[in-house]
Amino acid sequence: MAISYKTEPKETEAGAAAENTATVVRPDPVKRTGAQIVWEVLTQEGIDTVFGYPGGAILPVYDAMLDYKIRHVLVRHEQGASHMADGYARATGKVGVAIATSGPGATNLVTGIATAMLDSSPVVFITGQVPSALLGKDAFQETDIVGITMPITKHNYLVTRAQDIAKTIREAFYVARSGRPGPVLVDITKDAQQATIDYVPDYSPVTLPGYRPRLETPQREYAMAAELIKSAKRPVVLAGRGIIQSGAEHELRTYIEKTQTPAALTLHGLGCLPSQHPLNLGMMGMHGEAWVNTAIQEADLLLAFGMRFDDRVTGNLATYARDAKKIHIEIDPAEVHKNVRADVALIGDLREVLQRLLPVVGGKGHADWVDHINSLRGDSAVRDIKNLPDHGKLFAAHVIHDLHRITKGRAVVVTDVGQHQMWEAQYYHHDTSRSLITSGGLGTMGFALPAAIGARFGRPEAEIWVVAGDGGFQMTACELATCAQEGIKVNIAIINNGYLGMVRQWQEFFYKRRYAATPITSPDFVKLAEAHGLTGLRVEKRGELEGVVERARNTPGTVIIDFRVEQEDAVYPMVPAGADLQDMIRRPQAAPSPLAETGADE
Amino acid sequence: MSSPTNLAVQHTFTAYLEDRPGALSRVSALFLRRNYNIISLTVGRSGTPGVSRLTVVVEADAAQARLVEANLYKLVNVLRVEDVTYSPTISRELMFVKLRGPAHARDALELLCAAAQARIVDETPGATIVEVVGTQRDNELLIDKLGPFGVMEIVRTGVAAIKRGSQVLDPQPHFINATVPTSGEAA
Repeated sequence: MAISYKTEPKETEAGAAAENTATVVRPDPVKRTGAQIVWEVLTQEGIDTVFGYPGGAILPVYDAMLDYKIRHVLVRHEQGASHMADGYARATGKVGVAIATSGPGATNLVTGIATAMLDSSPVVFITGQVPSALLGKDAFQETDIVGITMPITKHNYLVTRAQDIAKTIREAFYVARSGRPGPVLVDITKDAQQATIDYVPDYSPVTLPGYRPRLETPQREYAMAAELIKSAKRPVVLAGRGIIQSGAEHELRTYIEKTQTPAALTLHGLGCLPSQHPLNLGMMGMHGEAWVNTAIQEADLLLAFGMRFDDRVTGNLATYARDAKKIHIEIDPAEVHKNVRADVALIGDLREVLQRLLPVVGGKGHADWVDHINSLRGDSAVRDIKNLPDHGKLFAAHVIHDLHRITKGRAVVVTDVGQHQMWEAQYYHHDTSRSLITSGGLGTMGFALPAAIGARFGRPEAEIWVVAGDGGFQMTACELATCAQEGIKVNIAIINNGYLGMVRQWQEFFYKRRYAATPITSPDFVKLAEAHGLTGLRVEKRGELEGVVERARNTPGTVIIDFRVEQEDAVYPMVPAGADLQDMIRRPQAAPSPLAETGADE
Repeated sequence: MSSPTNLAVQHTFTAYLEDRPGALSRVSALFLRRNYNIISLTVGRSGTPGVSRLTVVVEADAAQARLVEANLYKLVNVLRVEDVTYSPTISRELMFVKLRGPAHARDALELLCAAAQARIVDETPGATIVEVVGTQRDNELLIDKLGPFGVMEIVRTGVAAIKRGSQVLDPQPHFINATVPTSGEAA
């Protein structure tokens, strides 16, 4: 039996200001350059901040900028602009905007565009392009950025005429934010920016005949899902970023409470359910909790809510949750059956799907099952590094745990990629959506600082912490100058172990401790901060931690804390890439190392 | 995702695509990016101005074929996709075969062409060109048979496909029913 989904032929969405389309009187045309139209449309879309870097082919846009109220944040490298716009989008749920010039300016965005693509982040990238008469002539700073970014954008455009600019940018915003969000790039030739046309603002809904972001599933599929739910004895909800993207936190909570189903979270799902909720199992996957992965392997029904069965979540697909039926709720039909075959697929916006599903599920609960998982939990907790004696050493897990305690779990934490990222996920217990911003899909080192700057502009009220390693931080450390120039405050915790720690950990486990190119020296981060006119602090013992963190919080402006942590600590537990989910490497016991537990710990 | 019961076969998709710069690149880039094994891709104008008609042949099992369809739909410029693999369909490609010199056994060549519904479209002292419209399989058989005549060059367009019967593929349908096989079917 095949299942089907229907779509409307023309999905439309009103622009930000299109509420009163019917009553709007069409104004007379005004003379505007293409460059001015860029800012007119950004204003119309409700944009207050953009991140960018000027250059020859985008100069007309920059010249026009001075006459508009949008704040421009000058970055130090276009990759920074791309992550800032992405961080802004992740922190707010609104579309972020990054601007760069042609050629190297555009190619420097590429890592950030791919980062946004893999994590479904709505960002509009605007790049200048050489004049249309020079296209294809290998002109100075010409590069085919539309061709380059085709596989890493949701959609992209080359605009060569001023009269196409407004329509294209409006489409870009619509495509970026609707359906499964994603990055959209608009490349505008310099002559199109310079040309003057008669401009009339357009507030009508965007229509794209081939674009169908809103899909619906027939009712009979809901009946099939309800049947599977009813007969399940060991169900687990897998909650992913889709919960946050569609704003389905309430529906998720209602579902798990109504059916008494425990929920495991993906890295990107962290925060969508309070960490202390009795049915919240915690994070799944490669560095997830052992009890969570065991529960998934023992389950008889998996309910995937807005997650895509990434390989870091499933481990070996051939042995993944073999006894479980799968219900996959997804906005993107191309994710269903991609990695894991679903028994029932409910295609659509997660919140709407759950609202339709809730009335037909109910429950007697699964008390035995929940008790069983909780007994597994106790078994693992004693191996937790948090419970290790102090030994006068500074462990990264202690740092993150204490950061959580001192900030009362209310900070927005922006992490880089590596060991610290996983420790953050394990020890900073997130209770609200959008309180963890991290590059999960692409795993982009250097993401944290610029993304935190973007989050700063999107969430002026929030306490923002960067948690980065000494390696990744150096990839985009130049954005410290952006913090100084903009006069903004982010707190930066560098988990400094003198290694590219996660790679070193893999070398330790899988390459016989041959530490090829992983020992890394860093600048003096305290002096680096001071060289930027910022504050730098250092913590070498756990006893110093609280005082220094409080000092950082109370110091105006951006502050770096250089945490000198244990050098060869590893993230446990761990499922080696491609291994069976239940075969986790656990923290070694009773080994003659201060890092390992002794019998006394238990 | 393949399993022993999950045989890869040639799947034929027909699709409508907005005629925009780069639109065809998006389709071909998709096959590269998703690691799909593309057999042939043809594109030309359709009956609707501004809309191109595509025929894509991909080697895929049932689950992959569904993902091809879903991924094609994700392209903003793709208006409509249909997997016609299991529908009664006419699939043909145009082929030219250039043979060396004037045909030394002209009668035999004419007989062969007549049997294959091919025709001789050009003859010069240096070469003879045979034109044929047929299925990919028919054309491959013809290439074998033309071997003794001295094949110099072969040009094939790749297949274009259309469903038999009165049903037409609407580029702007009111509703789309795209198939999402259940696991039992996909496996």
